[in-house]
Amino acid sequence: MNLYFRRRLVNYISLALSLLAMAFGLFWLLWILYTLLKNGLGGLTPALLYLETPAPGSHGGLSNAIVGSLAMAGMGTLIGTPIGILAGTYLAEFGHRGWLAPTTRFINDILLSAPSIVIGLFIYEVYVRQVGHFSGWAGAFALSLLVIPVVVRTTENMLRLVPNAMREAAYALGAPQWKMVLLVSLRAAKAGVVTGVLLAVARISGETAPLLFTSLNNQFFSNMNQPMANLPVVIFQYAMSPYEDWHALAWAGSLLIGVFVLGINILARTLVRNPSQN
Amino acid sequence: MTSQEQRLSAQKTQDQIFRGSTRFFAFLVLVLLAGIIASLIWGAMPALKAFGFHFLLNGEWNPVTEQFGGLNSIVGTLLSSFIALLIGVPVSFGIAIFLTELSPVWLRRPLGMAIELLAGVPSIIYGMWGLFIFAPWFADNIQPKLSGWTEGIPLLGPLFQGPPMGIGMFTAGLILSIMVIPFIASVMRDVFEVVPAMLKESAYGLGCTTWEVVWNVVLPYTKNGVIGGVMLGLGRALGETMAVTFVIGNAQRSIESLFDPATSIAATLANEFTEATGELHTGALIELGLLLFVITFIVLSLSKLLLLRLQRNEGANS
Repeated sequence: MNLYFRRRLVNYISLALSLLAMAFGLFWLLWILYTLLKNGLGGLTPALLYLETPAPGSHGGLSNAIVGSLAMAGMGTLIGTPIGILAGTYLAEFGHRGWLAPTTRFINDILLSAPSIVIGLFIYEVYVRQVGHFSGWAGAFALSLLVIPVVVRTTENMLRLVPNAMREAAYALGAPQWKMVLLVSLRAAKAGVVTGVLLAVARISGETAPLLFTSLNNQFFSNMNQPMANLPVVIFQYAMSPYEDWHALAWAGSLLIGVFVLGINILARTLVRNPSQN
Repeated sequence: MTSQEQRLSAQKTQDQIFRGSTRFFAFLVLVLLAGIIASLIWGAMPALKAFGFHFLLNGEWNPVTEQFGGLNSIVGTLLSSFIALLIGVPVSFGIAIFLTELSPVWLRRPLGMAIELLAGVPSIIYGMWGLFIFAPWFADNIQPKLSGWTEGIPLLGPLFQGPPMGIGMFTAGLILSIMVIPFIASVMRDVFEVVPAMLKESAYGLGCTTWEVVWNVVLPYTKNGVIGGVMLGLGRALGETMAVTFVIGNAQRSIESLFDPATSIAATLANEFTEATGELHTGALIELGLLLFVITFIVLSLSKLLLLRLQRNEGANS
């Protein structure tokens, strides 16, 4: 009886601890979201969208940073996505023999979690240093390097879910390989691939570290060939400053990014539910 | 050649071009890695030449006299990640048990998603929240108590002394732990789910409690996967930049207590890189980046190998 009691006790204690761990995780999420809303909502004014980043003490918004972020994240996604999809296609469709596919898969998974600040250093070395100035393009390149591994990984996983019978049916009708892949495999895996791209966009939208040494920052609107303002770096700079009105802007910017990134995350996760069932 | 044959040979070339281009981009991923390592070594050359191996053991970092040693940053990175794992691993384990064994089925998806959202929160938001909200609260409510409780205890005591400033090594580790929990927990949940129901049911049939099933059946079966998940979390923690930069205090010195402000490799880079003057300073910073990349590369490779081995065993058993 004693042993029985002790086993039950251990069970209850450990399960209670597990419940506590779950609560611990949710607690931080809710606290962070609450802080974000509380401090950010007040700063969400229309002026945020049409005024440029201000000098300390004067009135301003975040328009140039928002545009810069959109431009760089957009270009980064545009550059990274096709590369990622093609490489992922190779891994899933053609990489059955030889050393290239397993090696690439391994390296890709490592790049997926590699420190993004190192990606920034890499672009600094090979691009910024060569052309001699920080620029929006450098930022876009750095972000595209973060897009590639995410897209490769999801494309491959999603293509693997496509049943082989569909491929064989296409071949039996005499379709060449490229048509089979583009019109059958990739089409069947479309929802999954889109999810991957969305996750990649979510990831790069909040990235700060790789932009610090590539796009730097700019107080005004600029083209892609000049240092370019972007939300994360502006937030970083403003949050570290001693000025109250800059802090308010930083919170408003954080709220914008937070809502955007979490929204895409939720969207992507509701999308990915379907492809395995179709 | 008939038109049929012509078409076939045209298709063949098209296919070759298509296959070749996908292979090229797969190869590009490898080139990327080689490029990163090569460019970092190239950029770090001035510092590598000037300081050699001494760089790793030297704690002096002085841009004015151009004396650079990476010891403080390296220790900071390793220590903050270690604290993160110390807190994050047990919590993630609890969350994974909750999600696979305890939670009602209809709650699993939303709760799992909530934990994954924690991974989606951009690190700059962790940083701002840490600096403006968490650090002051921590300094007022928790730090004095921790100092009081541990005072006089040998070994442990000195680690928790010092003025309660809120920012410092311990806060950085704590926030890192929150950031790695979703990564570790979701790997653990995924590997727990591959345990064959037959094994678990057999144990339940013998009268095991839920905890005994988890500890004696699920955990041994998924050991490699669990360690792989922990390594993945460690890889994330090592390279995390913004959240740490906000709360670690950015002080280039060796620390005596966990409450002291310190620095990490990523934080040093974020703070100093754009303002670095002179080849040697830039070179030393890039060498730090190279070290960070090499450390995370090793950790992530181990993680990947362990997870691969779990997959292979799974194949052999089924």
